[in-house]
Amino acid sequence: MPNTETVIQTRNLVKTYDTGEIAVEALKGINLEVRHGELVAIMGASGSGKSTLLNILGCLDLPTRGDYFLDGVQINNLNRDELAAIRNQKIGFVFQGFNLLSRTNALENVEMPLLYNRSNLKSKEIRQLSEEALKKIGLGERMHHHPNQLSGGQQQRVAIARALVNKPSIILADEPTGNLDSRTSIEIMATFQELNQQGITVVLVTHEHDIAAYTKRVIEFRDGHILKDYQVTDQRQAAEDLKRFHNSAEETDGEIQ
Amino acid sequence: MKWQNLIKVAFISIFKNKMRTLLTMLGIIIGVGAVIVMVAIGEGAQARIQSQINSLGTNLIMIFPGSFQQGSVRMGAGTAQQLSNDDYDRLRKNGTLFQGISPVARTGGQVIGGAGNWSTGIWGVSEDFLNIRDWKLESGEFFTANDVKTQNKVCVIGKTIVKNLFPYEDPVGQQIRIRSVPCKIIGVLSEKGQSTFGSDQDDVIIAPYTTVLWRLSGGHSHGISQFYISASSLEQMSAAQEEARTILRESHKIPEGEDDDFTIRNQTEFAQLATATTQTLTILLASIASISLLVGGIGIMNIMLVSVTERTREIGIRMAIGARGRDILTQFLIESMVLSLSGGLIGILLGFAATSVVQLATEWNTVITIPTVFISFGFAGLVGIFFGFYPARKAAGLNPIDALRYE
Repeated sequence: MPNTETVIQTRNLVKTYDTGEIAVEALKGINLEVRHGELVAIMGASGSGKSTLLNILGCLDLPTRGDYFLDGVQINNLNRDELAAIRNQKIGFVFQGFNLLSRTNALENVEMPLLYNRSNLKSKEIRQLSEEALKKIGLGERMHHHPNQLSGGQQQRVAIARALVNKPSIILADEPTGNLDSRTSIEIMATFQELNQQGITVVLVTHEHDIAAYTKRVIEFRDGHILKDYQVTDQRQAAEDLKRFHNSAEETDGEIQ
Repeated sequence: MKWQNLIKVAFISIFKNKMRTLLTMLGIIIGVGAVIVMVAIGEGAQARIQSQINSLGTNLIMIFPGSFQQGSVRMGAGTAQQLSNDDYDRLRKNGTLFQGISPVARTGGQVIGGAGNWSTGIWGVSEDFLNIRDWKLESGEFFTANDVKTQNKVCVIGKTIVKNLFPYEDPVGQQIRIRSVPCKIIGVLSEKGQSTFGSDQDDVIIAPYTTVLWRLSGGHSHGISQFYISASSLEQMSAAQEEARTILRESHKIPEGEDDDFTIRNQTEFAQLATATTQTLTILLASIASISLLVGGIGIMNIMLVSVTERTREIGIRMAIGARGRDILTQFLIESMVLSLSGGLIGILLGFAATSVVQLATEWNTVITIPTVFISFGFAGLVGIFFGFYPARKAAGLNPIDALRYE
């Protein structure tokens, strides 16, 4: 049963950076609505304001003006601790640079959001939930590896598991494939598509049309405005593309032999 | 975040930089070690003095002429009334809470006898003296009340006199000439060694005070310089002291409201006085050592500030996944506490080692008390909290987005 509840709603969102002499308007009144179960790509050139928007949506930054509702809760007048709680429970963040803690292994990285959770889970439950999250994204066998023992794609999947583990309302991804080669990028997009099929709302920022092609909806940004907002009619399926990759690789192998 | 996780995180970051951690802790290690050694030396001195004061005698009350205080205007020296033989008689007759009383009449002079001659101090006391001071005889016997009454020319000598005048023979029964007056040795005192203030307690001749006052001093008597009283029990000390005061005021005809022209001290007061002195010394030594602890704390603050800057991105990541300011604050506070408390622990071990080295090298008396160890350890922890707080608050106050973007 499709759930059409609104997850994100913004009204006239304005963000101004005061750089001393001139104030730069990064966002000039954004009105946006994201419903439950959507897979949205925010596109635009660098400096168009797309990352600024994502940071505000992720409660990492506050808008200068305007209202932001997440799951019906007005965010822009919450205090620091309340914002931390929102980030912990409602938002899963995936970064371009993975942002894993290098001194802890994959499992411990995934456990971290649960450790900051205030619901007093037992250590055993935390471990179990984290293991489940890692298995879900196919890293069950590498959970005791440290980030530097994992490939870029694997690291990003650990980051996705970390974003998932607290069962957030939404996953926000800032250029999640920006540091990855094209094949690994498709793998990551396959993961996002799979999660989306399970009902998880995903908003990602990218500047690559190839990546946006795997989403259901594209929002194009320019100079702090929404330029276009459209549904993707011919959504590509990452899993199928991966198969094709696989087959062509086998063919190449055959030719060499 | 749970405590065990916070502590784990702290240890991970501490072990990452072993050399830096060690150097950071060094300040605390030296600080705590120094406090322990210094206090051990101070307490050792105190314990030594205490035991020597306890060896002064049993339930001892001392009465001196004049006053030690130099408060308001007083008459010149010598005009103060001396303690007299009459005072002694009254104390003896009217005292009810005294186990023993002895005047002390001090003189000194050349002593000839046995192997040669020797210059020493001569104490004139009563027959109660040995019991009051808890001194023992090695051989012979002490003089009696009758000897005192008849100004009998008998004396008891200390070991130093024995060594100098009678190295090869038994002095008991021999004659010596004290300031040309022949005197019979009837006993030898047990060896007592040095006193608290370093004088040789065995270099003494003890005779009946009457003999000293009227026969031996050759007209140069300084009179009775002091009374020793032994109270009948420890509980009766202050009552006995009060009784002695009343008797002496009566004897000296001091009108109501005027100050005493003598000073009464008891053993406890004396002990307190000495304790106060050594305590001052201990506090002085400990404060000097604490300064190094403080400097160690500043070292911790310095490193924690560096650590916060280095780990700005980590702080950003933690905040992005839901760490609150206070989670970050506790994390860094615990880290600085782990640093200071581990330093404290090593410092305690170092303190113990250094104390035994000091004791071996100098033969000073040292005492390490449990409270010293706990207090210096606790102080190290406090230093950790105090100096860790500023860096921790700085970390906790970071803006998540700024911290994440930090390169």
